[in-house]
Amino acid sequence: MSTRRAAVVGGNRIPFARADGPYAHASNQDMLTVALDGLIARFGLQDERLGEVAAGAVLKHSRDFNLTRESVLGSRLAATTPAYDVQQACGTGLETTLLVANKIALGQIEAGIAGGVDTVSDAPIALNEDLRQVLLDVNRARSVGARVKALGGLRPGQLKPSIPRNAEPRTGLSMGEHAAITALEWGITREAQDELAVVSHRNLAAAYDGGFFSDLVTPFLKLTRDQNLRPDSSLEKLAKLKPVFGDTMTPGNSTPLSDGASTVLLATDEWAAQRSLPVWAHVVDGETAAVDYVHGDRRADGLLMAPVYAVPRLLERNKLSLQDFDFYEIHEAFASTVLSTLAAWEDAAFCRDRLGLAEPLGAIDRSRLNVNGSSLAAGHPFAATGGRIVATLAKLLHEKGSGRGLISICAAGGQGVVAIMEAA
Amino acid sequence: MSDRYLNLVNSAPGKAVASKLGLPRPAVLRRYQVGAPVLPGPALVHGAGLAGVVKDLEVDVRESDDGNTRWAALLYDATDAAAIDDLATLRDFFAGALRRLGPSGRVVVLGRSPAGTDPVVDATRQALDGIVRSLAKELRAGATANLVLVEGDASPESTLRFLLSGRSAYVDGQVIRVGPGAAPPDPARPLEGKIALVTGAARGIGAAIADVLARDGAHVVVADLPAAGEGLAQVANRIGGTTLQLDIAQPGAPATLLGHLGERHGGVDIVVHNAGITRDKLLANMKPEHWDSVLAVNLDAQLRINTALLGSTVLHDGARVVCLASTSGIAGNRGQTNYAASKAGIIGMVRSYAPAFAKREGTINAIAPGFIDTEMTHAMPMATREVARRINSLQQAGLPIDVAETAAWLVSPSAGGVNAQVIRVCGQSMVGA
Repeated sequence: MSTRRAAVVGGNRIPFARADGPYAHASNQDMLTVALDGLIARFGLQDERLGEVAAGAVLKHSRDFNLTRESVLGSRLAATTPAYDVQQACGTGLETTLLVANKIALGQIEAGIAGGVDTVSDAPIALNEDLRQVLLDVNRARSVGARVKALGGLRPGQLKPSIPRNAEPRTGLSMGEHAAITALEWGITREAQDELAVVSHRNLAAAYDGGFFSDLVTPFLKLTRDQNLRPDSSLEKLAKLKPVFGDTMTPGNSTPLSDGASTVLLATDEWAAQRSLPVWAHVVDGETAAVDYVHGDRRADGLLMAPVYAVPRLLERNKLSLQDFDFYEIHEAFASTVLSTLAAWEDAAFCRDRLGLAEPLGAIDRSRLNVNGSSLAAGHPFAATGGRIVATLAKLLHEKGSGRGLISICAAGGQGVVAIMEAA
Repeated sequence: MSDRYLNLVNSAPGKAVASKLGLPRPAVLRRYQVGAPVLPGPALVHGAGLAGVVKDLEVDVRESDDGNTRWAALLYDATDAAAIDDLATLRDFFAGALRRLGPSGRVVVLGRSPAGTDPVVDATRQALDGIVRSLAKELRAGATANLVLVEGDASPESTLRFLLSGRSAYVDGQVIRVGPGAAPPDPARPLEGKIALVTGAARGIGAAIADVLARDGAHVVVADLPAAGEGLAQVANRIGGTTLQLDIAQPGAPATLLGHLGERHGGVDIVVHNAGITRDKLLANMKPEHWDSVLAVNLDAQLRINTALLGSTVLHDGARVVCLASTSGIAGNRGQTNYAASKAGIIGMVRSYAPAFAKREGTINAIAPGFIDTEMTHAMPMATREVARRINSLQQAGLPIDVAETAAWLVSPSAGGVNAQVIRVCGQSMVGA
């Protein structure tokens, strides 16, 4: 079967907000719908039936079982556009891009939208687990006596609700605590992390000032830029912050909890040409990896280290070296994650023992890394980050007019999603 | 915001009280509805040629007054008027029928521009201006009077269709010149297949213009500042248009704009320069940045974009450009030296560009809105706003739709004979001649 390359036509996201900020009362469905509507308005997709819309959220209410489909129904797309939800933690946005791109490549659809959304402000608060069990028992009881007996299981302590935690179910450690272990193992310094954070803010601010996001971001609820962005961030200011994870990781070099949504329009070249729409870049290939962070090595199998394994497999398949890229988009979950990833690729023993490579992947040209800022500055609404990165990289490649970009996104559960895109 | 006073005096008790006390009684204006006839009743027309043109608009035309009929419009062809006595005939025509002019009635006089050859002829022609402007002030119940100056054998049909219909609800006491230029008949959707650009389209008058152009068949590219993108997307999705988030004052904006219109739409047929800002300060207190930003956005950006369009194939032949001026630019306004400079500048700009656009079968015109109810005017103190609303012949504020309908007429293919004009949409405001 012959395949064709999926084109990235463009993207749209809402500015990312800090938790309990301007989007505190916006639901996932509100944000995904408005991000879709901004994309529809930009590309004139009103009443179009697309092949599919794939998106998802990490923190999701049970009532939002059909989140993406409901968002499509609330948008200006034709109601005959099918949709489905995906959840692969922080990898969701890139995974949906790969899913839609693959269907386009296989000739199953002509155009689709990938995306993601997350709110930690409007988080689902569930009933206390004990209380839930009692109530289900009451519901199952057939007689009055059985019901009374079941109700006897009620305790005052059960009034405490169950709030979603930013912790790995199998270790009980938060993502930051996991990252701190990895940072320590790889010897990532506080200074190096702060430096990466400052550059992220500076790059994102410059990109906004230069109008880069004029056709990538549509304001929402009066927020016109990412709320977390601090254009005046400096090493001096960051040095004053107290560590929150380990001895080196502060709120300044870790991403804040965020709310936001992003979308990407993918299509065949022909579909785009028929509508006089641009083709910014093509999706070349993608790879997903996972590590055993529960039982594995503290240094090599850190929770957020899976992209370290995914990238060499992707490079091998595409006969490329790590240095064959004009842009690197490495998701800044924590500054230390990016730095641990780069350190691992430069480490000869690790590359030999764990990646089976005779030579280490080597260093990258740091001036090509996250050139228009990344999650440390923009914020990180889990499932929305992939869409932000795909659209940003596609536009970077379009502006350059040639070249290739690498995307690397780490995700909870010890997973990592990576991809290659090329200028159209 | 609704005009509470207007609503009050149009209720039964309110009407009685206002009438007893001699208070102003603004009328509910007849506004255009899709599919509505040009006029809701018969028109009395003086002049056989004019009667023929009006009949083509599917109007019930009568050429003599039976003394009973309630007229929806009174039209008088004074293009042949050449002596003072000819004006008396005009007076006789109107004096008999004016009392039976219905609500939101229309008075239109056709005349000629003074030619500078014969003082008697020129005096007579210029006299029409005084008659129509005064008559407009005398009319009540939402009726308007306008003068159309016809050049040679140019067709006034498009202008008459506009003036007689509800589209011109807030256009009063105006003088419109019609010259040669393409004037094909208007189909139901006169802008079908056209690509239109409207700047400042996220809200207010710009959003209303986008709505009306889309209603008339155009694909509308709505542009506004990136920070206004949320409202802009809503407008685009409402009308099936597309958004362009752009700061038109940026140096690279004309290139971005032309690139977008060329690549995405294969060119542009209609441009409505609506984007504008105010930074009101007395001149004595005016900071350089307030001065500079208003002139940059309101005037310089338009100059740079228009020049770029004229030098490019992105602008299709037969294109129509409308620039939003303001009555502040005509009459001046305290605290607005910067704004009035930009808006008066637009009038100069339009007149200067007109021959270049005409060479490409296009037109460029200005609209000078008076007091229009928008979010901007809602922010005014109540007393000031109430006074501003009443000091015009229609005794009420205009609506964004009134400006939009005027823009839609000026950009229609049939309005090719209207070029280099400044149309005030102001209800014949007392300020601004």
